[in-house]
Amino acid sequence: MTDSAITRVAGRGLPLRGNDIDTDRIIPARYLRAVTFDGLGEHAFEDDREQANGAHPFDDPRFAGAAILVVNNNFGSGSSREHAPQALMRWGVRALIGQSFGEIFFGNSLTLGIPCVVLAESEIVQLQDAVAAEPTAEITIDLEERAVTLGDLSFSLQIPDPVRDSLLSGRWDALGELLGAPDETAAVHDRLPYVSGFSG
Amino acid sequence: MRQTLLDKIWAAHAVRELASGQTQLFIGLHLVHEVTSPQAFRMLRERGLSVRYPGRTFATVDHIIPTDGSERPLLDDMAERMFVEIERNVGEGGIKFFDEASGQQGIVHVIGPELGLTQPGMTIACGDSHTSTHGALGAVAFGVGTSQVRDVLATQCMAVEKPKVRRIEITGSLGRGVYPKDVILSIIGLLGVHGGIGYAYEYGGEVIDEMSMEGRLTVCNMSIEAGARIGYINPDQSTYDFVRGRPYAPAGDAFGRAVDWWSGQASDSDADYDDVVTMDGAAIEPMVTWGINPGHVVGVNQNVPDPASLDGAAGEAVAEALEFMQLEPGAAIAGRPIDVAFIGSCTNGRISDLQEAAAIVRGRKVAAGVKALAVPGSQLVRDRAEELGLDQIFLDAGFEWRGSGCSMCLAMNSDKLVGDQLSASSSNRNFKGRQGSPTGRTLLMSPAMVAAAAVAGEVTDVRTLL
Repeated sequence: MTDSAITRVAGRGLPLRGNDIDTDRIIPARYLRAVTFDGLGEHAFEDDREQANGAHPFDDPRFAGAAILVVNNNFGSGSSREHAPQALMRWGVRALIGQSFGEIFFGNSLTLGIPCVVLAESEIVQLQDAVAAEPTAEITIDLEERAVTLGDLSFSLQIPDPVRDSLLSGRWDALGELLGAPDETAAVHDRLPYVSGFSG
Repeated sequence: MRQTLLDKIWAAHAVRELASGQTQLFIGLHLVHEVTSPQAFRMLRERGLSVRYPGRTFATVDHIIPTDGSERPLLDDMAERMFVEIERNVGEGGIKFFDEASGQQGIVHVIGPELGLTQPGMTIACGDSHTSTHGALGAVAFGVGTSQVRDVLATQCMAVEKPKVRRIEITGSLGRGVYPKDVILSIIGLLGVHGGIGYAYEYGGEVIDEMSMEGRLTVCNMSIEAGARIGYINPDQSTYDFVRGRPYAPAGDAFGRAVDWWSGQASDSDADYDDVVTMDGAAIEPMVTWGINPGHVVGVNQNVPDPASLDGAAGEAVAEALEFMQLEPGAAIAGRPIDVAFIGSCTNGRISDLQEAAAIVRGRKVAAGVKALAVPGSQLVRDRAEELGLDQIFLDAGFEWRGSGCSMCLAMNSDKLVGDQLSASSSNRNFKGRQGSPTGRTLLMSPAMVAAAAVAGEVTDVRTLL
């Protein structure tokens, strides 16, 4: 995937219910024993899926091919492991809709061009129920219009303006921009007294 | 005036505002470990970039390193490969590496403050969520993902939005047998595991003013468990005394200049906060988690909740947690038999943690059937503990005395729970599967409480053993 504008994401949904689903559950630590992100997709939610004996939404054939996760509160809390959104992305996830997200997960997802947008608690429940009732229906996340739609349902989404702007402008991978200010960076480096060990 | 420490440090480190409205923030100290960095170095190579300011990055190995005395090459092929990879990356990048031979290896959040790398007024980043630890010295410290590790390596900057600030004021004084771990667990219990999203937490009040620097590190460490990516404490005389004399701290005349600058970074007395919360320190009890996130926490003499008394989703979440933990609704947490006792981690692997645990263990024996580990957070902590004879106290009681590393906090090494073992742990996360077995169960508590559980064989109020 290269840098490019993300104005809308459309795809089938997957309701993944529960608050506080942490990144250890999204990708267990044993899969962090690696020097690349390759092959993580197949291990997404591995232990939860094992314990659910086939009843986990990721194993539900009705949701096969889903691209948008619909989650509840504080999804992606805990560990900073970028392996979590990497695993979801490699599984096929292109966007998340939730009540709130762990902050580091949110930032890691943005860096991969995966929008995490917020709806109110009751709207999330409506959307999860609607997806469960009709898994083949397409959800649309329209960042320009700040709207999530599914059939007759339409909600206003929340997303911080800078995040929305970086997606719409295709600058969600910040490195290119950060590299563009070497002189200003050097100026800050040079004026911070601790950089020189307070040499006076 | 009217500025918080966050306002001041932000202004001093802002390189520019990006087109999106995010800040390009200069990072004064970048800490690197073997788990979240290999992909970042690979991304740099793919783009033909090099490390921009190698002198501002320091590396160690902590997550995968065995603590049982195993030598290189490691038996675990992938762990060995990760070791080789970070050695190559720091070599090519010109980055100082605290490996085992340095005598200064350890958990990244233990060695930063210990070596004087972490200083007040800095911005700090590390590819690890517990980077919030370093805020204890009056720094603004971010846990970041691998792409941001790449960004910091390549530019010494990251793109980030400024959070709001919630001041959490702990008044009064702590009771006997109540430790900094109990303070932060109480805060998480009160404000919830997602209460801190969008906020930096500033901890203050009499309890924090009187708290040791190591205790402050424990409190700030678990800010992320409250949802707050950043936690910090304003620098004061305790901070300056702690930093003085450490290997990377300013020395001589420079130290005085440093204190002048550091003290200017503290929040103004009339600073504006987005929110203020006050807690009574005297009401805090020894705390124990009963569920699958750190907000599932009660006093040791309290009972776990009964989902029948909670409505809808809250009741379902409690029921799910109790089922996983194999606890009956409304049951007492005290008296619960444990299988494993783990003392260590970036939360509680420092010398005072080991001293507090050893004070409980001294002259007692680990209960039959309990596997007990004492794992120093760094080689220097281990050295100091051995000078003080703590190793012998732990060994005499039946603990294993280990080398330094993350060990069973997240079990990326050979230290793991087996099956559905129940662990009394001084670490930071009781998530499902966290300690290496998908069905393993974790009770978080202070190191002294872990020591009490180890010798009693069950969850025990440490105050009965003092």
